[in-house]
Amino acid sequence: MTADHHPAELAPIEARVAAIESVLVEKGIIDTAALDAIVQNFEDNLGPMNGAKVVARAWSDPDYKARLLSDGAAAIAELGFEGPEGELMVIVENTPTVHNLVVCTLCSCYPWPTLGLPPKWYKAPAYRSRAVREPRKLLAEMGTNIAADVEIRVWDSSAEARYLVLPMRPDGTADMSEEQLAGIVTRDSMIGVQRL
Amino acid sequence: MDGVHDLGGLDGFGTVEHKDAEPLFAEAWERRAFRVMIGWIATQDPDGRFRHSIERMDPAHYLSSPYYEHWLTGAATMAVESGFTTQNELDRRAGGRFPLSRPDRGVLPDDLTPRTEPRYAVGDEVRVRAWHPPGHTRAPRYVQGKRGTVVRFDGAHDIDDIAAHGGGSVADPLYSVRFTSRELWGEAAADGEVMHVDLFERYLEGPQ
Repeated sequence: MTADHHPAELAPIEARVAAIESVLVEKGIIDTAALDAIVQNFEDNLGPMNGAKVVARAWSDPDYKARLLSDGAAAIAELGFEGPEGELMVIVENTPTVHNLVVCTLCSCYPWPTLGLPPKWYKAPAYRSRAVREPRKLLAEMGTNIAADVEIRVWDSSAEARYLVLPMRPDGTADMSEEQLAGIVTRDSMIGVQRL
Repeated sequence: MDGVHDLGGLDGFGTVEHKDAEPLFAEAWERRAFRVMIGWIATQDPDGRFRHSIERMDPAHYLSSPYYEHWLTGAATMAVESGFTTQNELDRRAGGRFPLSRPDRGVLPDDLTPRTEPRYAVGDEVRVRAWHPPGHTRAPRYVQGKRGTVVRFDGAHDIDDIAAHGGGSVADPLYSVRFTSRELWGEAAADGEVMHVDLFERYLEGPQ
């Protein structure tokens, strides 16, 4: 091998992206304009505001909650949220004695239709390595103290299922509308790193 | 493969650098890398090869690079392996070294028979095989060889281990299996913590 074949200097990340993109455009494999519309959809329409509506509906409508717990994807589709990384949805319900936490130790699996693309910390080694090893300690470090008599159930999204935590409805919200309820549901509460 | 991506239970990564909110793409190149990969997936249908193209990254590169650099490296690796370009061409266009992933060492199992009828029922005790395959798998290292309880059957789905290595769509029953912290972490375990992993039937044996 000569130096020509293996340049010593690492190409900047921007130059590497441009290099592979130009190859795939020239080969007719990707159409960046068409793909921009897909990316734009992620930017505009997918995110935890969708999951918050699902949670608020479940808090407000016991029949909907029952459907959500028995067939998550179908109940979520009732609200118009469906698509890749949301075909098999499992809703895990927090109770006074159970707290659920979602992770993907192998990669970055996450329910796109309800939560959008995952945040950086969810994809980083610290969260992925520790969530299955010492979840109570990890949650405490992140500001969420789970009492010792509450069981922590960790769900590692290793294959087809994508998980959404159904948080407990906070006290003092009995008079709130469904829309108001959606406004208090956070991304972190639906991953399980926060209790409302 | 027992690769660097298989992070469950590893020590030494410190605290989670959590933020309440962040932009979907922190920099313009991240959006562009995402666009390249979704374009590749849409037209090339790589099945499990997408994930495995990332798992084969040099471990030091994997741990030291941001998330969308993983996607970029995987897409470029698959493009070279599919004959659309070469390492030299990518280096030339990028004006410097363009690191790619290492070669695929995965092998297909002898038995490629699809299965849809579940062998196990909810409540069954199972053990995860400890076979540590050289290729792609959805059985994390931290549960291989461990005993657990089936808590959910999710129907039969194409098993990624086979699709990732050119074996096509082979259905296999898929379960959620519950493990106690004690079973997984021994003397380092904590009470009142259980872990669930989604596992294909081919990964399981028992009851025993």
